[in-house]
Amino acid sequence: MSDVPSSALVQIREVTKRFDGATAVDNVSLDILRGELFAILGSSGCGKTTLLRMLAGFEHPTSGRILIDGTDMTDVPPYERPVNLMFQSYALFPHMTVEENVAYGLKKEHVPAAQIRERVTEMLALVKLGPLASRKPEKLSGGEKQRVALARALVKRPKLLLLDEPLAALDRKLREHTQFELANLQYQLGTTFVVVTHDQDEAMTLASRIAVMSEGRIAQIGTPGEVYEYPANRYVAGFVGNINLIEGRVTGAANGRLTIRSDALDAELAVACDEPQAVNGEVCVAVRPEKITISRQPPEGVDRNVVKGVVRDLGYFGDQSLYRVHTKSGAVLQVSAQNLRRSAKLVVEWDDEVYLSWEVGSTILLRS
Amino acid sequence: MSGTDNGNGGHSLRWLRRAVMMPYFWLLLFFLAPFLIILKISVADPIVAQPPFTPLLEWGAAGFEGIRVTFSNYAFLFQDGYYGIIYAASLKMAAIGTLLCLLLGYPMAYYIARQPPQRRQILLLAVILPFWISFLLRVYAWIGLLNNRGLINEFLIGIGVIDRPLAMLYNDFAVYLGIVYSYLPFMILPLYANLERLNLDLLDAAADLGARRWQAFVDVTLPLSVPGIIGGCLLVFIPAVGEFTIPALLGGADTLMIGRVLWDEFFINRDWPVASAVSIVLLLLLIAPIMWFQRLQTREHEAAR
Repeated sequence: MSDVPSSALVQIREVTKRFDGATAVDNVSLDILRGELFAILGSSGCGKTTLLRMLAGFEHPTSGRILIDGTDMTDVPPYERPVNLMFQSYALFPHMTVEENVAYGLKKEHVPAAQIRERVTEMLALVKLGPLASRKPEKLSGGEKQRVALARALVKRPKLLLLDEPLAALDRKLREHTQFELANLQYQLGTTFVVVTHDQDEAMTLASRIAVMSEGRIAQIGTPGEVYEYPANRYVAGFVGNINLIEGRVTGAANGRLTIRSDALDAELAVACDEPQAVNGEVCVAVRPEKITISRQPPEGVDRNVVKGVVRDLGYFGDQSLYRVHTKSGAVLQVSAQNLRRSAKLVVEWDDEVYLSWEVGSTILLRS
Repeated sequence: MSGTDNGNGGHSLRWLRRAVMMPYFWLLLFFLAPFLIILKISVADPIVAQPPFTPLLEWGAAGFEGIRVTFSNYAFLFQDGYYGIIYAASLKMAAIGTLLCLLLGYPMAYYIARQPPQRRQILLLAVILPFWISFLLRVYAWIGLLNNRGLINEFLIGIGVIDRPLAMLYNDFAVYLGIVYSYLPFMILPLYANLERLNLDLLDAAADLGARRWQAFVDVTLPLSVPGIIGGCLLVFIPAVGEFTIPALLGGADTLMIGRVLWDEFFINRDWPVASAVSIVLLLLLIAPIMWFQRLQTREHEAAR
C-alpha cells in the first residue's frame, strides 16, 4: 500500500467483524504509528475488544485486512504474530511460578535456555519482580499480577503490545501509580502499545493518541487534547469528560461566526465556524464546565457568551466547586470553578442569581 | 447483657458442634462399625455353627475366660500363592479398566465442557441417564448383545463380515467392556467439573505466547486438569478392584477377580473368617492410593495459600 506513510506500524484497512448477524466492528480503518501509545476508548459493546482480538489474531475479520509492519497478518494465527496481549484478567498460568510464566513464551520460540534465563531475569528486574520469581500467581497481589502479565507479554519483544483494560482490576490508588509506570515503561522500551479501555481518564493520561469508538465505528481519532477540546460529534463530546450540550437554531452568520438562538437558555450564543454559510437550521453547541466563569456581577470583556440563572445545587470539593445552575426556562448548566482564594465562605452560594459566561472560542459547535 | 450474649453464643456453639458431629456419627455407624465386625471375624476360626466362626470373647462356666484371636487366616492368604495372584489380577484389571475409562472419558468430558451451557446440561443428563436403570440389568443386557447368538454377532454374520461368531462373552474383553461401560460416568463427571472451570483466557494467553492448540493443551489444560484426572481414576479404580457383578456375569472361568473369590469364600466355602481377611487386605490395598490422593490435595491446597 503506497499511500501509507512508513511510520505506520499497524494498518487496519476497512475491517468489519460480524457475529451471527450483529456487527461488532463496522468498516474500521486506522493507522497506529510506530512507537506510540495508542488508546482505543469506548463503552462496553462498542467493538473495541473485538478490534483488539483481531489485532491479536483470536478473531478473524469478516472483511478487510490487518497489516503489521507492512506484512498482511489477517490470516496469521496468534502464535505466529509479532504481537502480544496483556489480558484484562491477566490470565497467568496458575500452575507455573512467576519465572515460568514469563519464560513460557520464550520456550515456545525455542530460545536457548541460557538466553531465556537472562531475558527473564532482566525483564523481572525491569518490572521490579525479581524477589518474587519463584512464587505462584495465587500468592501475588493485584498489582504484582499485573506486572507479571506485563513482563510475560513484553519479554517476547513484540512489535506491538496490546493491553486490554490494563488498570481496571487495580484499586484507585494503585491505578494512578501504575498508569505512570506503564507510560514510563513504554517510553523506555519504545514498543508500540495499544491500550483498550472504557475509562476516559486512563486513555487521556496514558495515550499519545486516542480513537473513540461507538457502535463498531471510529467516532474520532486525535490527541487527548483534540478529542477533549474539539470533539467531532455529540457522542465524543458526551463520552469524554463532562459537557453542557445546548440545542439551538442558527439565526445569523458573519465574519466566521454563527449566531445561535437557544430558547432553553433564553440567550443568543456566538460560536466560531469555518464555513458559516454551510450551517443552518437546528444545531447543537457545547461548552465544558471548567470553561464557564460564574459571577454575581455582570461579566466584563467582549467576545463572551453570557447566560443568566440561579444556583440550585452546589458541590464543594475543596480544590474546586461544582455548580448546577438553572435558567429561567428550566435548562441546567454545569459549572466547575477552581477555589483560587483561601476562604471558608464561597463567593457564590445556593440560590444566588448568577451570570455564566465563557469565551466564544470555548464554544464547541457540534454538527452531528 | 454480656452474660446473656455469652449464654446465647455458648448455646449456638454447642448446637453447631453437634451438627458438625453428625457426619462422624454417620461414619461411625455405617463404616467403622461394619469394619470392626469384619475385622473381628477375620481373626476368628471357622467352625460349623451359626454363625460359622468362633466368638472373640470366650465365656465359660466361670464367666469371662479370655480373648481369642488368630492370625491364621492372614497367614493362609500370604502362604497360598493363589490369593496373591488374584489380588494382582484384580488390580491389573481395575487399572486397565480405569485407563480405558480415562482415555474415553477425557475427550468426552472435554467436549461437553466446551459446549454452550444449555447443550452441556443435555449431554450431562445423557451421561447420568443409565443410572436410572438398575446396574444389574444393564450388565445383564450385555450378555444379550455379546452372546455367540447375540445381536452383534447376528448382525455381523448377517452382513457377511464374519462367518463364525466372535467370542466376545465370558472372557476378559467382556469384563473390560463391562467396567468401562459401567464406570465411565464416574470418570466423566469429576473431569467435567474440572474442565468446565478452566479459564479459557489461559488458552488464549498460551496461543498469544506462541503455543499451538495442542501445545496449549499439553502445557495448560492437561496439568490443570490433574485433580480431575486423579479424582475420576480413584472413583473408577477403587470400586472396580472389588467388582463382583461384572466378572460374575460377563467374565469367563479364568477371569480372576477378588470379588468373585470373596463370594466363593462366603457362600460356597462358608469360610467367613478367610473371606473377612480377604476383604480386610483388599481394604488395606485400596487405602494406599486414597491416602496418596489426600496428601496430594492437601499439598495443593497449601500451595494455593
